Amino acid sequence: MSIQAVNDFVIRFANVNGSGSASANLLFARAILRMGAPIAPRNIFPSNIQGLPTWYEVRVTADGYLGARGGVDVMVAMNPQTFDADVASIEPGGYLLYDSSRPIPASRLRDDIVALAMPLTEICAREYAEPRQRQLFKNIVYVGALAALLDIEIGVVESLIDEQFKGKARLVEPNLRALRLGHDDARSRFDCPLGVRVRRSDAVGDRILVDGNFAAALGAVYGGATVCAWYPITPSTSLAEAFERNCARLRVDRATGEKRYAIVQAEDEIAAIGMVIGAGWNGARAFTATSGPGISLMQEFLGLAYFAEVPAVVFDVQRGGPSTGMPTRTQQSDILACAFASHGDTKHALLLPDGPAEAFEFAALAFDLAERLQTPIFVMLDLDIGMNSHLCPPFRWDDSRKFDRGKVMSVAELEQGREFGRYLDVDGDGVPWRTIPGGHPTRGAYFTRGTSRDRYARYTEEGGPYVDNMERLLRKFETARALLPRPRLRKARQSTRTGVIHFGSTGASMDEAADLLAGEGVHIDALRVRAFPFGPEVGDFIGAHERVFVVEQNRDAQLRTLLMTDLGVDAAQLVSILHYDGTPITARFIHREIAVRSRGVGAPEHRKRHRELSGKT
Amino acid sequence: MSYLAKPKFHHPALEVNALGLTHRDYEGAISTLCAGCGHDSISAAIIRACFELALPPHRVAKLSGIGCSSKTPTYMLGQSHGFNSVHGRMPSVLTGASLANRELRYLGVSGDGDTASIGLGQFAHAMRRGVDMVYIVENNGVYGLTKGQFSATSDKGSKSKKGVDNPDSALDLAALALQLGATFVARGFSGDKGQLVPLIKAAFEHRGAAFIDVVSPCIAFNNHEGSTKSFDYVREHNLALNSLDFITAKPPIVSDGAAGGVETIALHDGSTLRLRKLADDHDFRDRSAAVALLERHSARGEVVTGLIYLNDEAVDMHQRLKTAKTPLNALAELDLCPGSKALEAINASLR
Repeated sequence: MSIQAVNDFVIRFANVNGSGSASANLLFARAILRMGAPIAPRNIFPSNIQGLPTWYEVRVTADGYLGARGGVDVMVAMNPQTFDADVASIEPGGYLLYDSSRPIPASRLRDDIVALAMPLTEICAREYAEPRQRQLFKNIVYVGALAALLDIEIGVVESLIDEQFKGKARLVEPNLRALRLGHDDARSRFDCPLGVRVRRSDAVGDRILVDGNFAAALGAVYGGATVCAWYPITPSTSLAEAFERNCARLRVDRATGEKRYAIVQAEDEIAAIGMVIGAGWNGARAFTATSGPGISLMQEFLGLAYFAEVPAVVFDVQRGGPSTGMPTRTQQSDILACAFASHGDTKHALLLPDGPAEAFEFAALAFDLAERLQTPIFVMLDLDIGMNSHLCPPFRWDDSRKFDRGKVMSVAELEQGREFGRYLDVDGDGVPWRTIPGGHPTRGAYFTRGTSRDRYARYTEEGGPYVDNMERLLRKFETARALLPRPRLRKARQSTRTGVIHFGSTGASMDEAADLLAGEGVHIDALRVRAFPFGPEVGDFIGAHERVFVVEQNRDAQLRTLLMTDLGVDAAQLVSILHYDGTPITARFIHREIAVRSRGVGAPEHRKRHRELSGKT
Repeated sequence: MSYLAKPKFHHPALEVNALGLTHRDYEGAISTLCAGCGHDSISAAIIRACFELALPPHRVAKLSGIGCSSKTPTYMLGQSHGFNSVHGRMPSVLTGASLANRELRYLGVSGDGDTASIGLGQFAHAMRRGVDMVYIVENNGVYGLTKGQFSATSDKGSKSKKGVDNPDSALDLAALALQLGATFVARGFSGDKGQLVPLIKAAFEHRGAAFIDVVSPCIAFNNHEGSTKSFDYVREHNLALNSLDFITAKPPIVSDGAAGGVETIALHDGSTLRLRKLADDHDFRDRSAAVALLERHSARGEVVTGLIYLNDEAVDMHQRLKTAKTPLNALAELDLCPGSKALEAINASLR
């Protein structure tokens, strides 16, 4: 029996890197979105420019579950290198569309799937003379075929092609032709549509489809960042590049060509964070974007910014570690490296967005926090948030919002004789006042240093002033705790003694897993923490539950460690659920892990059950 | 000690500059370096140069790395903001500071360990980016604070205080700066303030990356027989190319033109250099000649000092980046935040 599903399936494209498949796949995904069906697209790509296998998957999700689901219902197998593994990954009853230009023996197929053979290479060889065209249009041809197979309105795809090549009529026509070619061929060859299909819906609403790196970069523009210093590293590169693109559009004086921003591609991550610290010290809002290896390189400077109290914003788009690790795979494994970055006693504030909408919001917020607290603020994205497109609420901005520049003592205040001590805790919140270089001619100058000093920024190695300063930094950390975004609670429908704490990109899959579990009578309250240090709600939440699962995407339970050290929680109360193979965590995984621990028995094969429960065929 | 304040009283007839400030207004805390340290002479020369140029002290930012030399910004320009950063990384911090506010003058003070070893990469990239700064290396060929290890500018065969020969070749920072794209390159000697002060003044007035390598003997660890960075050695082997007088934004004094071999050179920014050639007929605007000159004399064990290279049509980092004239740190919400309308358009493009 083949899988029957409307707007609820996973399709995966197996391609060769560099074959031009990415834009065709995106075209496919956007067509479904335009038909009003929510989607969750994801790229699984290698650290390579050409030749290695790459996959793109689209989860069509009527229920709006945007996490990775796991499993494949429809496989578009365009890569001979991975063909066998791709075929093996299809769910029983699933579908395989493959290029049959070269005969494939039945032994390499499966009895329990529907195999759809289409001689794509042959069709393209017949229609196109140039080799590169044959390759590129092959991708559009299969999009046309899929439109027929999955009942995607061909007009929607056509209008997207029109929009994409707006003003380049030369490109529109051949693309439309390729699309038609595939569409008509599939119709003549197969019984269209298949059991899995797309139906027009209105479940998308005003949501947008965007990647987290773009969103964070845009948040930096709105948050008033003027200096970006960075060093290319996957998966953060597109954040700096998106900042440049957005600035070029939004921050260049039309008349003079002057730029109200400066971007420097530094010689390495050490220089990048050095520039950010120099700019922050001198009163500009500055950031860097990096990933794990960059965080390792920045350690010494991060300690300087902590100790000398210089505002800085660091976007860490996490990838698989340690070392070079899995540069194109996702993890949440830099949590401790960032929270305690640098030698000596240090701790830093982290913001933990769950997707692009929060990445935008937290990016802008990070610049306010960095200046309010005069310290580095880390915005912790990951590859899944940063480089995959996510369906999320539209970006919003309140035009009455002002930048919080924090405690900067003005020239006028200095002139009036207000006392200035750079490390003097005037307000009792641990945050001292600072001056920006170049202000008052005779008052307010001070010497910034990473060595110990007294409240008036004078060098000293005496124990008393040193301890005084370190204690004040602790008070400042408590001030940070009160200013950071509060956690989000998702209460179970029934009262329960089981809780789960999660963060970041786990959110979407966690929500889905909680629904699955609830359907089986396992009720859990879920708390998504959005910042470190944790607010009082987090301790209260743990206190209110007998057992709390901590779900995270790393091996060493880094968030759990933070919860224990920051809140003094009993280790036995926190049960880790860890996913760290480099793929995004799925609802299936979380569901299974919690179900096993909740009942002590293996969870049923959940997909069927999910369908039964949600009343779908 | 640095935390002891200097007395503020001074002689009523003390010289004042164009801003009405005295030399004392450019001083800093009392030095904690060893008595007789070359670095203190360099600090004095910087103070003198800033005083003579009548730079408003609060419009100068002084940055350094780590080491004896990097301590010296405390001992000068007490009204300037200072930043003693991390070892070898002054150039990046200064670059960032400059990005934030293009209107201040930036002085980077470093040493040979700080620049030629741990900070070689950042030094190189600050030069090639054309960061508008005065980069002074107080070069003593030795690690002072850690008591006498060779540095990367220590000449091959030069003897340590313990009598060990240095087996490795030396980096010539002035030659490197030339190759890296510095648009002002000079070398001074801490023992020749008459030569050094005008070099520092000219460097401050240069818009672009200005580099001065100042040989500065370490009285404690590198001033002995067999060292090529000792006072005696440098005095005996100093090949001064020229002596300089730097006049800012004044018309050239034509009468001095040819007299006594003094050449008057009008620079593009309107300031004037008066230069007397002393040794070699070196054209300081010829970069490849400058490279060859350094090579030639260092092979003879000579220390070339003076103005080595100047390109007064340099294009600095901000010009390259086309940054707004208003300092970035002075821009506010209206300049920076595109607002909700623009955001709506962006949202629409993502559907």
